[in-house]
Amino acid sequence: MTLALPSAPSQSPRRQVFVATALAAAAAGMVLAGMIAVWMKFRAGAPTRPSSDGLRVIKDWMSKDITVPEVATNTMFITFPVAALMAQWAVYSAKRRDSQHRSLALVIVFVLGIAIVNAQVAVYAQMKVGLAESAFGTLFYAITGTMLLLIVSGMAFTAVTFFRSVGGREDDHQVVSAHALYWYFLTAAFTAMWFFVYVQK
Amino acid sequence: MTTIDTHVGAATKSPGSSVVASIGQWVTSSDHKKIGRLFIGFSLIHAIEVAVIGVLFGLERMSPSSMQIFSGDAAIQLSSLYRHVLVLGLLAPLFIGIAIAVVPMQVGSKAIAFPRLAQYGFWAWLFGSVLVLVSEIANGGPGGGNSNMVDLFLLGVGLLTVGLLAASVSIATTILTSRAPGMSLDLLPAFSWSALVASITTLLSLPVAIGSVIYLYVDHTHAAIAFGGVNGINTWLGWAYSAPQTFIFVVMALGVLAEIAPVVARIRQPQRPVVLIGLGLMSAAIIGAVTQSSHTLNLSGSNSDKLTSTLLFLLTNGLPLLGVLVTIAASLLSLKEGKPKVSAAFAFASLGSIMILAGVAGSFLANIDKANVQDTSFAEGVTLYLVYGGLLVALGALTHWAPKLWGVVLDDVKLLGLAGLGLIGTVLASLPLYIAGFAKQPIDVVNGFHYGGPVALWNLLTALGSAAIILVVLAYVGLLISAVRAGAGATDDPWDAHTLEWSIPSPAPANNFASLATVYSSEPLLDAKPSQEVSA
Repeated sequence: MTLALPSAPSQSPRRQVFVATALAAAAAGMVLAGMIAVWMKFRAGAPTRPSSDGLRVIKDWMSKDITVPEVATNTMFITFPVAALMAQWAVYSAKRRDSQHRSLALVIVFVLGIAIVNAQVAVYAQMKVGLAESAFGTLFYAITGTMLLLIVSGMAFTAVTFFRSVGGREDDHQVVSAHALYWYFLTAAFTAMWFFVYVQK
Repeated sequence: MTTIDTHVGAATKSPGSSVVASIGQWVTSSDHKKIGRLFIGFSLIHAIEVAVIGVLFGLERMSPSSMQIFSGDAAIQLSSLYRHVLVLGLLAPLFIGIAIAVVPMQVGSKAIAFPRLAQYGFWAWLFGSVLVLVSEIANGGPGGGNSNMVDLFLLGVGLLTVGLLAASVSIATTILTSRAPGMSLDLLPAFSWSALVASITTLLSLPVAIGSVIYLYVDHTHAAIAFGGVNGINTWLGWAYSAPQTFIFVVMALGVLAEIAPVVARIRQPQRPVVLIGLGLMSAAIIGAVTQSSHTLNLSGSNSDKLTSTLLFLLTNGLPLLGVLVTIAASLLSLKEGKPKVSAAFAFASLGSIMILAGVAGSFLANIDKANVQDTSFAEGVTLYLVYGGLLVALGALTHWAPKLWGVVLDDVKLLGLAGLGLIGTVLASLPLYIAGFAKQPIDVVNGFHYGGPVALWNLLTALGSAAIILVVLAYVGLLISAVRAGAGATDDPWDAHTLEWSIPSPAPANNFASLATVYSSEPLLDAKPSQEVSA
């Protein structure tokens, strides 16, 4: 016998994409958090030696020949919140069913993503860190490369959201909200990475 | 009134359907029950694989100075493969598979959230597992001499980890977003609650392993300075195969016990909040996992050092142990208050849970500095208790949910014998390693060690234990296949159970529910039945 249960009213709106994005962002955050922790462990454990004048202690971590290009890294740092703001603008427009502004905001997010990738390439070109020369090089490329991968994933998310938007999905604000959440995550993740890798070094 | 339709959307067999078409359906299916069964099936194949390695290791260790089944390099490779497959090839995917198959039905959902993601998770895990196996065979695991194969090994570990994470996202999203109307989180069935706890803790801990894999890959392919090349792989990745990370993978096992016990006792779980808290407490293991440290209890040094050591030890080892104790005790308490009936599913689940308790308690003991068993085979014993205990619970879960997954009820009498053999096998495989650990038998080493004690006896018993596990798995699969072939039709609710999955036909139709029910308690089906429960 199959039991009959009382019927239910129609289901409340689901936010599957938003929740899944939050979970995926949390997982990606743990990837970076783990990598930053290893970075700090290596940095703390780097050998030290007295300077030639004997007045200072030098940590053999990042070679003195390497200079962090502050303009490019700080530009990236500033660009991320702007991109997140534009993503939020897309959410605001989506809730008002304003497809033109929603699409415009998403295009701007994508362009800002390209700018960030460009800045990262510039950082690589200017820093000239040797990948195989030191532990610093290995960790530097691994952690910034992972961040770059997350940014490219964000751009792919933006592209999908944009095409859904121009495809006429007027009631798509859940996906646009999830997209904004991902860019907030990217902003937070890059801020942490920027501080430990480019500021504290 | 909601009517429960028969097999909604179930595929009908056309006369021209072939084996190829059937395989195609399995490969491309987005039905969560098929995806779950794929995870379960391949995990059980891994179970036989690791048990065979366990037998070989036990035999090799019987005479560590003379017997040479494996040469030095092969022993290291196989030892790494053994630990890897035990945890990421068997324990974690087995319960993820059960959760994928069962959770959507339990929470009253027609489908799993993002079925293609769950499907991708399975294939990524499977291909990752195959890559790991191939690379290890070709001398590419930790300490391996074939550089390209070491790269392949790291790629495989990364891929299978991503697969497990994708499946976890799918499970957690289903529970968080696709519950039946009225089913708040506190009304979740115990197994679904454990699946939520396990999937979220997996999502917060296992990604750290991906970060390690990226570092190791970059280091190995370029400089091999920072992480020690091939020799650093176990150092940086070993935590993912060890306690306390393994505790996270057995949370669902305890959820199975908590689910089955009240059904067997024919009573509503009297201590339900306590059970949910117990399962939640086990998630404290995540602190030890992500910090990649066992946090041993060391009572030397200043008072501040002692306090810090004690707090960290209790947080990472004590809380999970407390969680296991609370869950088992509260689950078994329902037997006392109800009128329990004999059930093979419960026998598997309870015996397996006690084995898990032995593993978690062993890990607690191993992390007391003065016990002096670190870097000994004691840790292997912990892993085997957890994995084989988890395997027994999983067989209990499969027995319990077989009517929904395959439309059959398995023979209780034969299964009770298998549960007993499984218990003996688990104890034989694990306990001698505890004892040998106290005698300083080294971990992950099969040759060239000496200690005072019957080396041959302990390791022979371990080999026999693993052999018994092979028998249990093979016999169980045989019984299941023969039952499915016999087509013994199960009724919709053969156990007189409490949760939503038992309101639909057996086997469960493709879309589970014809229409959705409103849930008012944690035992919605019991609410709809004439009162038969035993008064507490």
